[in-house]
Amino acid sequence: MPTLTNDMMRSIIMDHYSDPQNKHQPPHDGYEKVHMHSDNCIDDLDIFLLVKDNIIDDACFDGTACTISTSSTDIMCDLLRGKEISKGRKIIDAFHHMMREEEFDESLLDEAIVFINTSKQAARIRCATIGWNAAEEILKGK
Amino acid sequence: MYDVKEIRKQFPMLNSDIKMQNKPLVFLDNCSTTFKPQRVIDAMNNYYYRFNSNSHRGDYDLSYQVDVMIEEARKEVASLVNADTNEVVFTDGATGALNLVAYGYGLKYLKKGDEIILSVAEHASNVLPWFRIADLTGAVIKYMDIEDGKLLAKNLKRVITKNTKIVSLAHVGNVLGYVADVKEFAKIAHENCAIMVVDGAQSVPHLKTDFKDLGIDFLAFSAHKMCGPTGVGALVGKYELLKDMDPFVTGGGMNSIFKKDGSVDYRLPPYKFEAGTLNIAGILGFGEAVKFIKEIGVDNIHQHDQELIDYAIEKLKDYDNIIIYNKDARNGILTFNIKGVFPQDESTLLNYKGIAIRSGEHCAKLLDNYLDTKATCRMSTYLYTDKKDIDTFIDAIINGGDILDAYFN
Repeated sequence: MPTLTNDMMRSIIMDHYSDPQNKHQPPHDGYEKVHMHSDNCIDDLDIFLLVKDNIIDDACFDGTACTISTSSTDIMCDLLRGKEISKGRKIIDAFHHMMREEEFDESLLDEAIVFINTSKQAARIRCATIGWNAAEEILKGK
Repeated sequence: MYDVKEIRKQFPMLNSDIKMQNKPLVFLDNCSTTFKPQRVIDAMNNYYYRFNSNSHRGDYDLSYQVDVMIEEARKEVASLVNADTNEVVFTDGATGALNLVAYGYGLKYLKKGDEIILSVAEHASNVLPWFRIADLTGAVIKYMDIEDGKLLAKNLKRVITKNTKIVSLAHVGNVLGYVADVKEFAKIAHENCAIMVVDGAQSVPHLKTDFKDLGIDFLAFSAHKMCGPTGVGALVGKYELLKDMDPFVTGGGMNSIFKKDGSVDYRLPPYKFEAGTLNIAGILGFGEAVKFIKEIGVDNIHQHDQELIDYAIEKLKDYDNIIIYNKDARNGILTFNIKGVFPQDESTLLNYKGIAIRSGEHCAKLLDNYLDTKATCRMSTYLYTDKKDIDTFIDAIINGGDILDAYFN
């Protein structure tokens, strides 16, 4: 992935916020759901993953969410779709490492790299990670 | 009025190089908590430096002096709200005080089918204890309507019945800041043989609150919202009711005698409700904070709050994209949203500019249907807030820039 300028990162966040392609109810049964609610933000989300034969077949989410959580969760859904469970876990781990300003494998995160500055606004880390925590919860024990 | 500039000199938080996001801190979240003047910090330190001993325990001078100091603090708090000294119970805050009424009075006297009246604008600490008591006793919670953000007597009359035993409402709401006519509400409650509990967390620091004149039965408030320390507050209650009430926490210092057969004599109020070693430094800081705000004058503080909010509203009135939910509340609370911007995104942008405000539901989670928005931004002032703080805030919300500036600049 080429190096992104700040302006490019901003427009990626705003695109995924204003037109989140993955923000909808699951199209059919079989999805696993985790509900997440933030103590300090408006975020009140359901995250849905469809897991079949060791593959994350689909991911979507729905509910009320702020700019950062909407955009971050939308990007996550794109990233997880079609991945093996173990790869999905690695992507989620990399995202958490980035949030904590630890070393991480940039190649795993693709567009999700736009949240690299979240740690500047520590109060919003919870928003950026809320969808990722839900997906992690669903994949736990699989 | 008083000289805000002089007052500000007394607050270490306002006279340091404290920065937020590398910008000078502008603190406009005074509904959540307030800064402490040096004299309050000194009063607390003084206990640890010079008077460290337990109260009600020792047969020696140091302990006796601490007892005297605690009782002086109690006297200060009582005089602030015009109550008798023995009507002031020290608690760990307004939340602790409301829980004490709920468990000490509600649990003892409520039975199945009795009613507790609240409003949807109440803070969690004046809702959840009553939920518990309703669960434990079979009592029913009812809500009086709010109209234009206000609690009105006619709406209390509409919902109160002969089964109502408790009416528990905030004197000043923590989201919208309107003053409720709790004197009238107490009359209505008493006509129906119910008691009137008042959450004074947002009123006592900002508004002259006269316990006797209001005729209410219980008043709960916190020290930290009036320049005092965290972790301490008071429940003021009519003495006869306090005598009848059960203790919520039992232990040392609150009993006169107990025997193997399980019999126990509790001390008289307020001591019956003060089990264990108290937050002594906190109480002494509380007493000093009360002295401080009495010297400034609660009426002056109220006027100062009003002037600042009027000033802010005047400056914002021509901006159509700013929704203000409580234009005529004028109690040091401005609740607003910017069209198309999530409140948390706005508060993050303000954080980036060094300005502390609160966004969210402000612990009043039943209110969202009424406001037609799930969350709001709340700017709140106190006695040391100056016009420059308001100017910085207004400049930031008017010339806000992009909400993502907070992440990319």
